Amino acid sequence: MKSVIKTIALATTVAATPLMVATTASAAGEKYILVSHAPDSDSWWNTIKNGIALAGEQLDVEVEYRNPPTGDLADMARIIEQAAASGPDGIITTLADFDVLSGPIRAAVDQGIDVIIMNSGTPEQVREVGALMFVGQPEYDAGYAAGLRAKGDGIGSFVCVNHVISNTVVAERCRGFADGLGIDLGSQMIDAGQDPAEIKNRVQAYLNANPETDAVLTLGPTSADPTKLALEEMGLAGDIYFGTFDLGDEIVKGIKDGIIQWGIDQQPFLQAYMPVVVLTNYDRYGVLPGNNINSGPGFVTKDGLTKVEEFAGKYR
Amino acid sequence: MSQATQAVGSDERVKQISSLRKALIRPELGGMCGTVIVFVLFFIFAGDSGMFNAQGVMNWTTVSAQFMIIAVGACLLMIAGEFDLSIGSMIGFAGMMIAIFGVTLGWPMWAAILITFALCLAIGALNGYIVVRTGLPSFIVTLAFLFILRGFTIFLPQLIERKTIIGGIRDAAEGDWLAPIFGGKILTGLFQWFGDMGIIATFTRGTKQGQPVVEGIPMLVVWALFLVFVGHFILTRTQFGNWIFASGGDAESARNSGVPVNKVKICMFMFTAFGAAVFAACQVMEFGSAGADRGLLKEFEAIIAVVIGGALLTGGYGSVIGAALGALIFGVVQQGLFFAGVESSLFRVFLGVILLFAVILNTYIRRIITGER
Repeated sequence: MKSVIKTIALATTVAATPLMVATTASAAGEKYILVSHAPDSDSWWNTIKNGIALAGEQLDVEVEYRNPPTGDLADMARIIEQAAASGPDGIITTLADFDVLSGPIRAAVDQGIDVIIMNSGTPEQVREVGALMFVGQPEYDAGYAAGLRAKGDGIGSFVCVNHVISNTVVAERCRGFADGLGIDLGSQMIDAGQDPAEIKNRVQAYLNANPETDAVLTLGPTSADPTKLALEEMGLAGDIYFGTFDLGDEIVKGIKDGIIQWGIDQQPFLQAYMPVVVLTNYDRYGVLPGNNINSGPGFVTKDGLTKVEEFAGKYR
Repeated sequence: MSQATQAVGSDERVKQISSLRKALIRPELGGMCGTVIVFVLFFIFAGDSGMFNAQGVMNWTTVSAQFMIIAVGACLLMIAGEFDLSIGSMIGFAGMMIAIFGVTLGWPMWAAILITFALCLAIGALNGYIVVRTGLPSFIVTLAFLFILRGFTIFLPQLIERKTIIGGIRDAAEGDWLAPIFGGKILTGLFQWFGDMGIIATFTRGTKQGQPVVEGIPMLVVWALFLVFVGHFILTRTQFGNWIFASGGDAESARNSGVPVNKVKICMFMFTAFGAAVFAACQVMEFGSAGADRGLLKEFEAIIAVVIGGALLTGGYGSVIGAALGALIFGVVQQGLFFAGVESSLFRVFLGVILLFAVILNTYIRRIITGER
């Protein structure tokens, strides 16, 4: 029996240590929780984490980042409910699937918690759930603008490498791009999965099967980095027209080397930073900007890369 | 057999065991200890974070209930000596089938739900049939179905609707007689009264102003308790329950003493599939949409809950109550870590450590009470 008691004691200490650290670290200021829809494997959201951390530090408010580990949106709904139950001053969240998330978000709003929608969602949906505002990049419009740009460069067909096939909002980028080009999306969007090796092989398979493809469009670093590798292996790097959404170390290097023509920066830093600033000032002084904040799109090309390069993956 | 021993009363071949020791010799003892420890810990470290107000309690109860629904099936299957790794994919598949039949094809929701359940039970039976006929490890067979079902869950909606999330289920289920059995809430009147009395908080603004923040007990929780009760009853009070233990303990000698081992195993695969389908039905009815990524990694969560609950991975030993407590521990720890404000990227580390300790604790307790070395 003695060993049992010992084990229990040991388990208690191990389980308790991190909890104690976490509780003592909390500051006295306002508390805001950011809930994202991204699985742990999506590196793009690191910028978001840095963004809220910086805003929390500068404004002396407490900020927390939460996400469903596997990217399961039903789990995310539970996290929003949990966040509401813990009684923060405000919740910043994405609206990746209106059906699933609108209920928990509306319940949080009705409970008296201020909500700002970031990253994913449409202005209509944001109004409907009763959120204060939307901070993000209108995805279809961004894709459409990119499509128009590519059309001007003489592009007639493309492959869209989608690594988050379950996120309907992100798929809008591909649809916008196709509409911008004035062609039918058809089967030009491939489900690449999250694994780098799989993404690479699927891109190669598609390009081997469809050698007449003019352009490659990737939807973030998760798909862009392996796609770049795939093109390099096939000897197509710099030859095929390559555009991507979002930035990251490898993408910036690709733009510099002339492999990637442009990257569409939706400036995630602003999507995390601005809501904290807006919420804090709203709570402290009652001031609120009158409209949604568009954090993007901005095209990043070979010109003017220094700042981007310096902070890529951290704040850019 | 149990009747025979009872009739004899005191038999010199049966060792005398004190009633205290008898009360302790149960597979769920580890789970009980774990539950107490977890609650005490979170009460100390997250007691004032909203974890134990009405909303907070409902939050971790719902999550625990989700685990319970899939853990009961997984537990009985594991006691019968087999694994099912396709639970998570089955959840995604079942949800998507309900959405395709009910929304895309426009069938009445009750028909969509019933046909989905039939489909899932059939796939469960197929899983079991392949396992018992080929003698392959269930680990491999169900791993194949993990991929097959997930693949269809992504392919079918893309083929039909060109997207991977099908919404509008809530609207399609409006007025249906079967849908509330999965998506409804009970005791809403009682909770409204609680809200009016000020026992639980109410919404302060919006369309739901004055309504309590917790509307009622979701059917998800009712299903969880119902399945735990049924599973526990079958396992401990029926002949079939003895067959389950025998099939997992030593299939060959069970067969020799006339236990229909193959039938038992196939039944348990079907029961596991049933649990996954209940999970999926509750989920799509609550959230109103089915997504291709639903249920990812849920098979491991089910197995973890069962193992925390004291079941042996090798089969023949375990309890449904234990699995239910395991699910409760898992749910409380998972949501509790959020409430306690643990850094989110370290979340899985803590989860892993706590699970490991729970299982080690369990093993020691089992060795002490069963006297095995």
